[in-house]
Amino acid sequence: MMIETITILGGCSKSGDPEPVKEVNLKKGDVVSIVGPTGSGKTMLINDIELFASGDTPTKRRVLINGDEVLEEIRNNPHKNPIARITQHTTFLSDLPVCDFLELHAKIRQDGERYLIKKTLDLANQLSGENILLSSRMTELSGGQTRALLIADAVVIGNTPIILLDEVENAGIYKDRALKILRGYQKMMVFVTHDPVITLFSDFRIVMRNGAMEKVIKTTEEEKKAAEEVKRVDNLLMDLREKIRSGETIELKEVVV
Amino acid sequence: MKLVVCAGPPSSGKTSVLKSVCGKLLQRENKIAYLKIDTQYAIEDEIFKKEFGIPTKKVYTGDLCPDHVNVLILGDGLNWAEKEGADVLLVESAGLCLRCAPYVEGGLGIVVLEVTSGMQLPLKLGPILSLADAAVMTKIDLISQAEKEVFRAGINKVAPNVCVLEADALHGIGISPLVKMIERCPEIVGELRLKGVPPLGVCTICIGKKEIGWEKHFGILRALEGDLFYRGE
Repeated sequence: MMIETITILGGCSKSGDPEPVKEVNLKKGDVVSIVGPTGSGKTMLINDIELFASGDTPTKRRVLINGDEVLEEIRNNPHKNPIARITQHTTFLSDLPVCDFLELHAKIRQDGERYLIKKTLDLANQLSGENILLSSRMTELSGGQTRALLIADAVVIGNTPIILLDEVENAGIYKDRALKILRGYQKMMVFVTHDPVITLFSDFRIVMRNGAMEKVIKTTEEEKKAAEEVKRVDNLLMDLREKIRSGETIELKEVVV
Repeated sequence: MKLVVCAGPPSSGKTSVLKSVCGKLLQRENKIAYLKIDTQYAIEDEIFKKEFGIPTKKVYTGDLCPDHVNVLILGDGLNWAEKEGADVLLVESAGLCLRCAPYVEGGLGIVVLEVTSGMQLPLKLGPILSLADAAVMTKIDLISQAEKEVFRAGINKVAPNVCVLEADALHGIGISPLVKMIERCPEIVGELRLKGVPPLGVCTICIGKKEIGWEKHFGILRALEGDLFYRGE
């Protein structure tokens, strides 16, 4: 089944009031952020998406595919589930060389097509900037490399049309570049995030409060311009981090924006 | 009475799955009783009693195999649950012996496997997986999509007809399908029999007698209440 849109129909807040936002539509290729303070219901919202809630979760939301209720067969059969989710806790447990590991996944997912392994590795390397080798062992990967490979594997080999990323922003990924590359894959990418770069490079953001979708803000033209400036600050911080990591000293003039 | 038997390796998440299931079943006005079978230590019965206020019981199996004890006492256990006014009996087994399966014909058999146990785990399991009606993969939030999918493919290989569910039981995610399966499960009627033939051995259970109830067996036995005793010629 081709998934063109996902519709989230509002349910109720933590206190049982109807959600201010009644309907949100996600289209193929959309990059969406979910923002809000801790405990505001961000994770609950992506749980609902992941489960294709049909009024049966505490929020009473309903999630539709292409405008229709999702068949129980798809909701309950993990093999047919079109969603990959990566959280801050998600990791690899295998101690295999990267190549063998990806081959194992490709074998059960896409009839083991070899070019997918290279494609996955290329994407991971574009995302992280710290080169991963096919011969690296999974357990030797750094935090940034692991994160990049998790995403690349879900995008290329897993090939699910919807990817949920729950607070995965961290060191070692150039976010704006990652977002640009990932957009090319025409997925629906949903970020739960506190990161201004990711938020401002999204098409729109859902603002959560007290368990409810409070409002939806489409990224304005002004914000898009601001995003470029924010990106500069973010990249400056990343470069500083790299310098400090490699034992260099920092001069004042480098950090005056 | 509906009979749900839940098995799986230690600390795979059986209790979390059953707690989630129990909460949802109670919300839907089912009456639940809970029986825990373990070798030497268990506090799950107290947890269920405290959290849900339902009738609970535990049985320590000591030197006997937990699945063996399961066969001997399950008939008594159903009677106990009946007396307590329950309409669903949840049995949580220690699940130490992977060659056996404690599932009963006409009941619902659930195996709980944690995806963090390694991608090859399903291939190492026998009847405890292949005879289950539902296989619940737990701790899915901790592991990559790739390992999850390889794990799931392993389950499908060992048990092509089992209903595979992915759950984060601590947060109650992915549990609803299991609740529906329990609600659709028929009442257990007639003579109770194990689904699978037990492994080779020397006692009447181990040599393959499938009848449930200590009255049907010889050797070292026990009832739900009381100590081990010997019956034979």
